[in-house]
Amino acid sequence: MSQLRLAWVFFRLGALNELEYRANFFVQLFQALLSIGTALAALSIVFSHTTALAGWREDQLVALLGIYFLVGGMINLVIQPSMERLMEDVRLGTLDFTLTKPEDSQLLVSLKQIEIWKLVDVAAGAAVLLVALIRLGAGLGLRQAAAFAAALLAGGVIVYSFWLMLATCAFWFVRVQNILVIFQSMYSAGRWPVSIYPPWLRSTLTFLVPVAFATTVPAEALSGRLSGQTLLGAAALAALLFAFARWFWRRGIRHYSGASA
Amino acid sequence: MKPMAEGCNDKRGLPMIDLLDAYAAHFKAYIALQLQYRAELVIWLLGMVLEPVIYLVVWSSVARSSGGQVGGFTPAGFAAYYILFTLVNHATFSWIMHEFEFRIRNGEFSPRLLRPIHPIHSDIADNLTYKLLTSAVMLPAAIVLSLVFQPSFATPLWAIPLFVPALALGFLVRFFFEWVLALAAFWTTRVAAINQMYFAALLFFSGRMAPLALLPAPIQAAGNVLPFRWMISFPVELLLGRLSPSAALAGLGIQLLWLLAALAVLHLGWQQALRRYTAVGA
Repeated sequence: MSQLRLAWVFFRLGALNELEYRANFFVQLFQALLSIGTALAALSIVFSHTTALAGWREDQLVALLGIYFLVGGMINLVIQPSMERLMEDVRLGTLDFTLTKPEDSQLLVSLKQIEIWKLVDVAAGAAVLLVALIRLGAGLGLRQAAAFAAALLAGGVIVYSFWLMLATCAFWFVRVQNILVIFQSMYSAGRWPVSIYPPWLRSTLTFLVPVAFATTVPAEALSGRLSGQTLLGAAALAALLFAFARWFWRRGIRHYSGASA
Repeated sequence: MKPMAEGCNDKRGLPMIDLLDAYAAHFKAYIALQLQYRAELVIWLLGMVLEPVIYLVVWSSVARSSGGQVGGFTPAGFAAYYILFTLVNHATFSWIMHEFEFRIRNGEFSPRLLRPIHPIHSDIADNLTYKLLTSAVMLPAAIVLSLVFQPSFATPLWAIPLFVPALALGFLVRFFFEWVLALAAFWTTRVAAINQMYFAALLFFSGRMAPLALLPAPIQAAGNVLPFRWMISFPVELLLGRLSPSAALAGLGIQLLWLLAALAVLHLGWQQALRRYTAVGA
């Protein structure tokens, strides 16, 4: 409960900071609509030449696109800005202020920086997903919806743990920013199902940079092609990575000596 | 001042061997400077290569599922298209639209304007030097892509000499066009939205998302008129042998027209922009 209250406080802080720059909202809205528009146009160009891409129909890929923007928006809303702030704090030694607060430090650093205008991306992604779901219509039962929710949650946890582990590396190597940039550039591969990629790229996107779990697996759940095994695997991986990230974080702060003090 | 001048006089008698040594030292220092940023270079390369690889994979998959080819492209044909596209895109791209906002917001333009030479010259020189350096990673990357995706080329011999001016004109059209668009920063300071619109147009009309031949007819028609095809797609189509000799010559003419238009707008726009400039932050 106190975690939720804390999240709300950080969210309000982020909102107060950003409400000073209201024009940014319209810029963000314009950019979100433009990038979704171009992505949908690209899809319809591809599907003007074929009816299925590696077994995926157009509506299913529109759903995947919605998930891609939704998850990407969540990453840009809180995960990426908070983790970048964390690395900066480690570099400057200002992490001291966070660590002295009487709350769980992992929770504090994970919510530290919230860029509320990115909610526009989340909302736009959700809208695309909703439209795709309506068009997919009857094919979606309660079981599939539950599988989708579970897959999306697992994907979110995997991505969060992945970022936290990389950002925690900053305690030992001060410059790890670059690896995170690689994630962002690889993430763009997630708007297509990973099954279309050649094996070396597919395994990179699955295990090295877990883009597949964030977008393809939830979309598979929606189109009913997700096996129980994959879903269990994703859930197990999420639990494992989360536990490891937490352990690694604790080791990291024990190693932290405060650059400024 | 005097001892320095004397020092210079001493240098005048430098033997040739020492001069070569100095060059070698400069070269080494420059390489060392660049190697400091090798992680950045890898990230940059990933960004340049990943997107064409994604579209290559998508279109190859479409080709395979519709009987081995789509719009005259086989998977090997798409591989040739996208590998060439990556190289031409590398040769013609500029980062000027990203940099202008920064330059103006920080008043960085002031020293540039004081120099007795148009600031565009240093941008061109920087661009060419950077391309020369990054070719050292781009060409090996293209070779690796060729080994992985097995492209098939059907380049007619006559197209090869025409490719050189087509590529040079593509670079110039794109460079001047982006420089003109970047001038918008003099008026709005925040140019992210304008840049994104430009890149969306580039995605469809320059052949980046798909070879132009695969686009719906109205978009193709618009693409022939707009400048984007002539920046990247045209040299690629030429080298792939998808154009007739007369179409190739006509294309060079259109490139030339766009270059002249861009130069004219640049001339007018620059004068207006200078009048607007108030040196923010300086």
